[in-house]
Amino acid sequence: MVIIDVIVTLFLAAGIFFMFTGVIGLLRFPDFYTRLHATGKCDTLGEVLIIVGLLLDHIYYYVYLLPEAPLSVKLVPVKLIFLIVFIFLANPTATHAIMKAAYKTGVKPWKLGEERR
Amino acid sequence: MKGKEGKGKGFGILVTFCAMFLFWLLLSGIFDAFHVIAGIICSAIVALISHDLLVKGKGEKMLSKSFRFFIYIWWELWQIVLANFDVAYRVLHPKMPIDPRIIEFDTSLRSDFALVTLANSITLTPGTITILVEPEKGKFWVHAIAKKPADALLVDKTMQSKVTDVFMEW
Repeated sequence: MVIIDVIVTLFLAAGIFFMFTGVIGLLRFPDFYTRLHATGKCDTLGEVLIIVGLLLDHIYYYVYLLPEAPLSVKLVPVKLIFLIVFIFLANPTATHAIMKAAYKTGVKPWKLGEERR
Repeated sequence: MKGKEGKGKGFGILVTFCAMFLFWLLLSGIFDAFHVIAGIICSAIVALISHDLLVKGKGEKMLSKSFRFFIYIWWELWQIVLANFDVAYRVLHPKMPIDPRIIEFDTSLRSDFALVTLANSITLTPGTITILVEPEKGKFWVHAIAKKPADALLVDKTMQSKVTDVFMEW
């Protein structure tokens, strides 16, 4: 079906768009902390949107078009859902850990009007 | 008293075992005797060793807390979407409307899970990242990317009140 392909492509495109803004933010923002804002947040939603796209694609092909596929193949969406949950748990924690390490080693935060580093 | 503790421990092991075994079945997807029995043995070992990580002894009001937490997650997901549009706007805007600052505030939260939830929620929502948490005083240091997200935490305190409601630690 064309409709499901369009929906999957939209999800993948939205995910790639957010990953892309994350990269641009990494290049444009002035210091360590603000760069983490860009990467730490855009990654979360970008990855999740891409995984949701793959999830819909997999459900459509192996549950709807190929019902005779083995159960272990049909359970792949469950693994993808676990991936989403773990990304939501791990991504902010990792961002916070990097931030804390930088703060404790004395990286000075950038203030408005200063030169970018 | 001792009997009650033993009962709580057995309950913890049982809950951990069920969760681990369900996880095993979902990930393997093969239901012949060998795989299922191997799964039972492995989940039993894991449950015996690490049941106290998943189920803490004091389980008062667990049900209503999990229910409130479930409602909170949906609000949090919406905030994540907003956060990404916020960052995308700040990144792609030609003038880069950022004005970073570090703020600190106190909360009434004390339990580990509540602190982790608030810290992760702050990191996921628009324009703020948790830097440090002091568990004894419930104190948070937060890096905000502009004035508006900082005011949302300092003045409105929507997120703090939502998390304290969820974990009932006023």
